This record gives sequence, structure tokens and C-alpha cells, in this order.
Amino acid sequence: MRPAPVLTDDNEGFWRAAAEGRLVVQQCAHCEAYHHPPRPMCPLCHSLELRWAEVAGTGCVYSYALLHHPRHPAFSYPVPAVLVELDEGVRILSNLVDIEPHEIRIGLLVEVAFEPTADDLAVPVFRPRSPA
Amino acid sequence: MSPGTGASIVGTGETEFSKDAGRSETQLASEAIIAALSDAGIESSQVDGLVSYTIDPVEETELVRSIGAPEIHWSSRVPYGGGGSQGVLLHAAAAVVAGFADVVVAYRAVKARSGARFGRAGVSDRPTSSHAGTTAAQWCMPYGVLTPASWMSLNSTRYMHDTGTTSADFGRAVVQMRAYAATNPNAHFYGRPITLEDHQSSRWIAEPCIRLFDCCQETDGAVALVITHSDRAGEFAQPVSIAAAGAAAVFEEEVASNHYRPDLSVMDSSRSLAARLFDRSGIGRDDLDAAMIYDAFTPILFMQLEGLGFCGYGEARHFVADGHLGPEGSMPCNTNGGLIGEGYIHGLNLTTEAVRQLRGESVNQIEGARTVLVSASRTGVILQRD
Repeated sequence: MRPAPVLTDDNEGFWRAAAEGRLVVQQCAHCEAYHHPPRPMCPLCHSLELRWAEVAGTGCVYSYALLHHPRHPAFSYPVPAVLVELDEGVRILSNLVDIEPHEIRIGLLVEVAFEPTADDLAVPVFRPRSPA
Repeated sequence: MSPGTGASIVGTGETEFSKDAGRSETQLASEAIIAALSDAGIESSQVDGLVSYTIDPVEETELVRSIGAPEIHWSSRVPYGGGGSQGVLLHAAAAVVAGFADVVVAYRAVKARSGARFGRAGVSDRPTSSHAGTTAAQWCMPYGVLTPASWMSLNSTRYMHDTGTTSADFGRAVVQMRAYAATNPNAHFYGRPITLEDHQSSRWIAEPCIRLFDCCQETDGAVALVITHSDRAGEFAQPVSIAAAGAAAVFEEEVASNHYRPDLSVMDSSRSLAARLFDRSGIGRDDLDAAMIYDAFTPILFMQLEGLGFCGYGEARHFVADGHLGPEGSMPCNTNGGLIGEGYIHGLNLTTEAVRQLRGESVNQIEGARTVLVSASRTGVILQRD
């Protein structure tokens, strides 16, 4: 089973939402800018009013790598690591699922899915977007 | 009038580099520091400053207990992991030039092979990176992205995509560094040069960007340097001036896990660092006789070559293929074999090689070397023979 994310005061909202099957991104309630990774203060307007905005969960692959070594028993190899650029403009690190690893390309359109982790939590992952 | 920053390196020391030192990091640091002080001809009773960088496990209090420094007036640690390795000279120079300390020792001790390996597939239960400059622990671990190579693979793939660089292009740089290492008795790969075919048949660590031979060597050992005011340089046998020192950590850029800057094919911090080093000192790139550039993995060497302005964006593959990094090239690079060929004392063994070049003591000596750059991507120095 995947290791659980480490919860902190600054990131807990992201992971709690993921455990409920929702992808959220931190958004400044004052200037409405999206931020990831989350932080305690908006770097643009210094507001401390930051909320967890539910987002569409669609985006495209900004970069990727197939990780072969070293190996951890929780994962199957190669691990498809990706950076996904969400349509809201932030980038998040994740894995791709439901795809043959060597089919992964930069620019691939993807959508969010969720996979369970230890401690009854979950992480957002991504799969190729179904044709509309 | 003191040249450059006003600070000079007056002694260096190293332990042996190995895969199993068989003794504590505190002992390794103590041995390297006493060797550096002996090289300088300074008693440990004169040391009043200590500078290292993050992840170093040596406690300052324990270190002082071994080397016997009576009173420390300056101690600091540079953040950003190995990216901060050359920042120790910036901190040491600031301390001695401002007069807060007289003799500063910069050091790094590591048991990266027999102790905590960087390349181990471990899952951290800590939310932070202990000031190593990466939030990878919390955002990468649940995804199996567990090591520096895996963190760096994401910007490396994007770099290849945007510039047309191939794994074979990276391999040509590795072949050169392994050729330097092959003649260096202190190098892990002493006597073991490789061909491009060897590089291309080494297994994938992270596909399509990092093969086994693109990775630095996990190493046990320690390195130390002694820094004092350049006004005192005349007291020492072989002083080397810190002509320029700088640091540039740019917004949202992480070390290794650099995943959030707008364009990951560019090492923005190196562009800023170049401005700090070259523009402020008046030293030009053409003035350099050699360069030591942090090569934890080959792609970040390429991105620094471009970021520091030695070639244009996307041109590192041509710069390397044309032989500029070789002994007869315009800018011999990592003449000890680099972190890939000699070993990985978290970057500080590149600094000692720069000093050897300036003293005329390198095993791959560049004739008449007078000015050498050392870059750790976001911290760096230009050193000159007095």
C-alpha cells in the first residue's frame, strides 16, 4: 500500500479532501490566486485568508519520468512520475494510472482519479482524459 | 587593497574518499579540519569560525570538543543542501571581511554510502527536508518519488523535450569526467574510463533522462577549507583569493525537487548567480581557466552550463560535443572527475579541486591556471591565484 502523506498545519486541507475523493487547490480568498504547494500566507497580497477551492481535476502532463531504481515495496515499477499542469495554472506532482508507461508524453491531457494510502488517506493521481 | 571579496583560502584538507569510512562523521570532519589547518600552518587555537551547510550531521559543539578551538565567534550553516555548498565561502568571507571572525573553517563530512544513502528508497515521516531546500518529503513520497535522481528527473525530461537534448548528449560529458577520474588516484573511478557505448548501455535510473552512469557516487569522507582575511595572505605559503562569491535562491525554486518555477528547462538560480559572480567582479567568462560545476546528475551540469552563460539555451549538448570541457578545451570542467567520477562529498570536493588547480597540484593540471569558477547552481565562487 502507498505510504500515507505527512499531514501538517499547512497541507492538511489538501490531503483531507483527497481522502474524500476531492481535488482541492489552495486559493487566496482576497486576490483569488491559486497556490501549490499550499502555504500559510498569500505571497502576492499577504492575506492569511486562504481556502481550499475544489477544482475540475483536468490538466496536461508538463513533464514525466519512469522511475526504475531504487525500488520500494509499496510501488510497482517503473513508477510513472508526472508533473501535471492543472487548468487552473498550478503544477502538481503525481502518478499516471491506466496507461502503458511508455505511452506517456508531454502534453497528454489527463484527469484526476484517487488511490488509497496507508492510514485511510488517499492521493490524487491522474489518468488519460476520456475523449469528450 | 585586497583583491576580490577580501578573503582568501589558505589551507585545504581531505580525508580519503571511500564506500565505508568505518568511523563517525565527527571524526571525519575533525581529521579534514586538522589536515587543512596543518596545510595552512595555523594552530587550531586560532580557529574562531565554523561554517557548514545543511544535512551535515556533525554537531558544532562536538566538533569543537575534538579540534580544540577555545572560542567560536562565528558559526553558520547555508541552506539548500549541496546547492548551498559554495555558500560556505560566501559566509566565511563575510565573517572575516566584516571582522566578526579571524580564521573560519568551512567543512562537510558525510557517510553517504555506509550511512544514510541519498539513493535509498526510503519514505520519510518528516514534513520538511531539514533545510535541504526540497519539500520532496511531503509532496513526492506518496508517489514513489523517493530520491534526488527521481526528483530531478522531472525537470530533466522537460529540459530534453524543450531543447532536443538526448541521453547520448549527456553521455559525452560523462565520458569526459570519467576520463579525468581515470587518472585521479583519489577518484572512485580511478583507472576506469568509459566509452559512450558504456554510458548508453548503463541501466535506467529514471527514464528517459538519468542512467546509472549519470549519477554521482555515494561516498564517505570529509573536506575542509581554512579562510582568513586577504590582508594576512602573505603569511601563508599558497593562498588562493576568493575573487567573487555569491548566492541566488529564486522564488519557488527548490533544490533537486525544482517543480514549480514557470520554465523547468531553465536553471533560473544559475542565471542570477552568474550575474552576481561575473557582473560584480568584472571577471569575464573568457578569463576562466577551468570550472568545477556541481554534477550530482548530468542534466543539471548541462542546465548550469547554460544558466551560467557558457553557452546559449539548449546549446550545452553542442558545447560538450565540441570538447570544451576537456583538457584542451576552452573551459576544462571537473578535472578531478567531478562528483560523478571522483566522489560526492556533497559538492565541497569540487572546491578543493579548484584550489589544487590554482596551486598547480591537480592530477589533471591545466597549465598556468589562474582563475577557476566553482558552481553549485545557486551558490558559487570564482577563485584566483594571488
